[in-house]
Amino acid sequence: MSTEARKPPPQIALKIRRLLGGKAGWNGVAVQFAFAAVLGWIGYEIVSNARANLENQHIAAGFGFLRNNAGFDVNQTLISYTGSDTFLRVFVVGLLNTLIVSVVGIVFATLIGFIVALCRLSPNWLLSRVGEIYVETIRNLPLLFQILFWYLAVLAALPNPRQSISLLGIAFISNRGLVIPSPIGGSGLEPFLAMLALGIVASLALRFYARRALFQEGRMIRIWPYVLGLLFGLPLATILVTGLPFTFELPHLKGFNFAGGSRIIPEFVALALALSTYTAAFIAEIVRAGILSVHKGQMEAGSSLGLSRGTTLRLIVVPQAMRVIVPPLTNQYLNLTKNSSLAVAIGYPDLVSVFAGTSLSQTGQAIEIIAMTMGIYLLISLLTSAIMSVYGWRVSRSLGA
Amino acid sequence: MSDIASSSFVRQDLLTERPAPVKTTGFVGLMRTRLFNSPTNILLTIVGALLLWFTIVPSVRFLMVDAVWSGKDRAACLTENAGFAVGACWPYIQAKLPQLIYGFYPEAERWRVNLTFVLAVVLLVPLLVPRLPAKGLNASLFFVAFPVVAFFLLHGGGIKGFGLSWTAGLLELFDDSIIGAGQALLSSSKTSAVGPLLWLVGNFIVLVGTAIHWLILPLTWLRDQIQGAGQSVWTDFAVTAAVVCLIAFGLGGGLRAGGRALASSIFAFVAIAAVIKLMGLDRGGLPVVATNLWGGLLVTLVVSVTGIVTSLPIGVALALGRRSTIPLIRIFSIAFIEFWRGVPLITVLFFATYMLPLFLPGNFSVDGLVRALIGIALFTGAYQAENVRGGLAAIPRGQGEAAAALGLSWWKTTSLIVLPQALRHVIPNLVNSFISLFKDTSLVSIVALFDLLGSLRASFSDPKWSTPSTAFTGFAFAGVIYFIFCFGMSRYSLFVEHRLNAHRRN
Repeated sequence: MSTEARKPPPQIALKIRRLLGGKAGWNGVAVQFAFAAVLGWIGYEIVSNARANLENQHIAAGFGFLRNNAGFDVNQTLISYTGSDTFLRVFVVGLLNTLIVSVVGIVFATLIGFIVALCRLSPNWLLSRVGEIYVETIRNLPLLFQILFWYLAVLAALPNPRQSISLLGIAFISNRGLVIPSPIGGSGLEPFLAMLALGIVASLALRFYARRALFQEGRMIRIWPYVLGLLFGLPLATILVTGLPFTFELPHLKGFNFAGGSRIIPEFVALALALSTYTAAFIAEIVRAGILSVHKGQMEAGSSLGLSRGTTLRLIVVPQAMRVIVPPLTNQYLNLTKNSSLAVAIGYPDLVSVFAGTSLSQTGQAIEIIAMTMGIYLLISLLTSAIMSVYGWRVSRSLGA
Repeated sequence: MSDIASSSFVRQDLLTERPAPVKTTGFVGLMRTRLFNSPTNILLTIVGALLLWFTIVPSVRFLMVDAVWSGKDRAACLTENAGFAVGACWPYIQAKLPQLIYGFYPEAERWRVNLTFVLAVVLLVPLLVPRLPAKGLNASLFFVAFPVVAFFLLHGGGIKGFGLSWTAGLLELFDDSIIGAGQALLSSSKTSAVGPLLWLVGNFIVLVGTAIHWLILPLTWLRDQIQGAGQSVWTDFAVTAAVVCLIAFGLGGGLRAGGRALASSIFAFVAIAAVIKLMGLDRGGLPVVATNLWGGLLVTLVVSVTGIVTSLPIGVALALGRRSTIPLIRIFSIAFIEFWRGVPLITVLFFATYMLPLFLPGNFSVDGLVRALIGIALFTGAYQAENVRGGLAAIPRGQGEAAAALGLSWWKTTSLIVLPQALRHVIPNLVNSFISLFKDTSLVSIVALFDLLGSLRASFSDPKWSTPSTAFTGFAFAGVIYFIFCFGMSRYSLFVEHRLNAHRRN
């Protein structure tokens, strides 16, 4: 006969104690009560003081001001905006400006960063020194210093529009900013876009099918000619049938300024330039550390299996390096987004500049405006870290499998 | 014998010398192996040389060859007067140097700033050289005594009381706030739906407040007596010194082993008395220089040193809180750290400038510089917390368990066993945070403080020196200062890292 294992005693008191006070037990509970009392006291002081101060300054608390007319202009807007729009629209305009400069900065920072990292890893002594000088110089100067340098020294020293520097006759750089050709949609725009989308979807499907064939049946399918045809041939054929999808309107001098084309304000140029070169120095170090972290034996093992150097890099070294690179790289992207708030120093109309700057000084609603500004940045960074923890979980799962 | 001899072969003539092996060391070797060993590499070398040529040559020309070295105003730096394409305009820096270093600090008082700089260097250098002794004393002087002395040197002004008056004042303020909160609850209990509950809680809080009031009555009474009599600072000082020495003696082990604690606290108080006497703090001290007159490198250094000194304790406390097993403290620490790390510093500075004054009592105004300092301390504290947490995680559990097995309390385990090892581990990371803090101090120029960068920007608008090369000259000068500080710190961090990893090298 077998004896049933005795059930452990319920130990309800122990469990409650553990739940309430952690490992420290009842002492922990007491500490928590004291801590909560102090927090409550500070909270009470803040609320009562803020209420009294706002009453003295005759400011009505609350978010009602968001529906009032802003009454000031913004010199770069991605969505239509006039001075008679509301503060809520100012918020959206500022947020979109922050996002566009961040995205442009991220793209260029990644490009420059990878190039500099390759320079630093290059067996060529001179080139690796050049990369090192770049990284050390850029990293040891404050970002605000660099933004002001580009804006106040370099861009201000450019000639006026009449003597502007021409890039192949289609884009012009002057102290009023950068003027580039603007695309104007033609008759063939819609079929072109539709075919482009179809091509992208079909290539993705093809890749999915080829990978399945490779992993499940061991068949290698060469798909790149088809993908090339789908991505480029299909849209080109559409253009031949339906006509050009869009034409470019070239800028030309008219009076003292340019007419036609779209103008990128100098603040945007300075900010994007400074953000991308600054972040690139950090990205270069991250990429270099990631590639160096892959053991030399991996490369040797790959070549002893008969793989070519390119295939070894693509299939063995880079995937392992990416595991090390991606988390800090995301961190740098986040830093770049947060650093774009330095726009306020040169007057680029980003979120902090138009909302926490101009709107705050017009309405005096300090608590609401700063809370909203901080909240949106906090939201962006929490979202990013959530995505990163999902990524980390997937990586550790694929390593365990 | 002879056919053996005939079959053996003995070389009669010397071989010709083989050519010397290809040199792989020295400059020639470097050129051969790492610059010109393949067509691709030759191409890359040319690209690198061109890059260097087009950056370094124009910079040297601008800074040295084409520079103007003397002059009184902008006329000297104009191309038509100098007769050549003018590079850097150094007389502009000479004229603006006081503004870039001191801001608008009165000329007669600038010796105080210089003295503070000298004090800082004298205290900091021995702290950074690992070989020198007395790190504990040195660190406490730099992190505790120096900020206080520097405040009275830079800002000026004296003190009216000492420890006893301050403690009594603080406790009174705290007590008033508690009683105020209780009365507010009582008054709102009349209209609220949960009135009886609020009434009960309010009454309880008022009761606690009154009890505290009676508890601190002897202290406030003594304070009033001291303030009433003449020589209040010295009387207060004597009473505080006596009380603190007695407490130190008691806690240090009483008659059995308290002698050491007693001696060190008496020594500390003698030093404090000497400082008070020397700077005349009891008689009003040095003339006050308001912080809106501070500027230039002075503000940059004040903000960064204060940030470094205040962020470390905040960081250690938050890191310990985040590792605590007590749920509420852990949750609070995580939320606090993640909040400050998630927002840009500039919004923190806006928060400190516009929102913080609203949170303080109306009669309590905070200086603009102090507001920025609070913002920076909170922001950097959160980043330091993550650094310290990394160090705490690197300490093996066995260390804490061994300490517990020896019967040490949590506080002793943490402060004597875990923290010293953890902090040693993360010195490089801490220094790297200090570098970014130093760079970030330039942001205070956005909230109307004139640090080095702010003063530089202000000096551009002076029409007396407005030339095409003024901006470039100014940026070159400020850039060199920033670079020296940051590069120096990063080299120091590498040096410490090298030293800490000495046991891993072979």
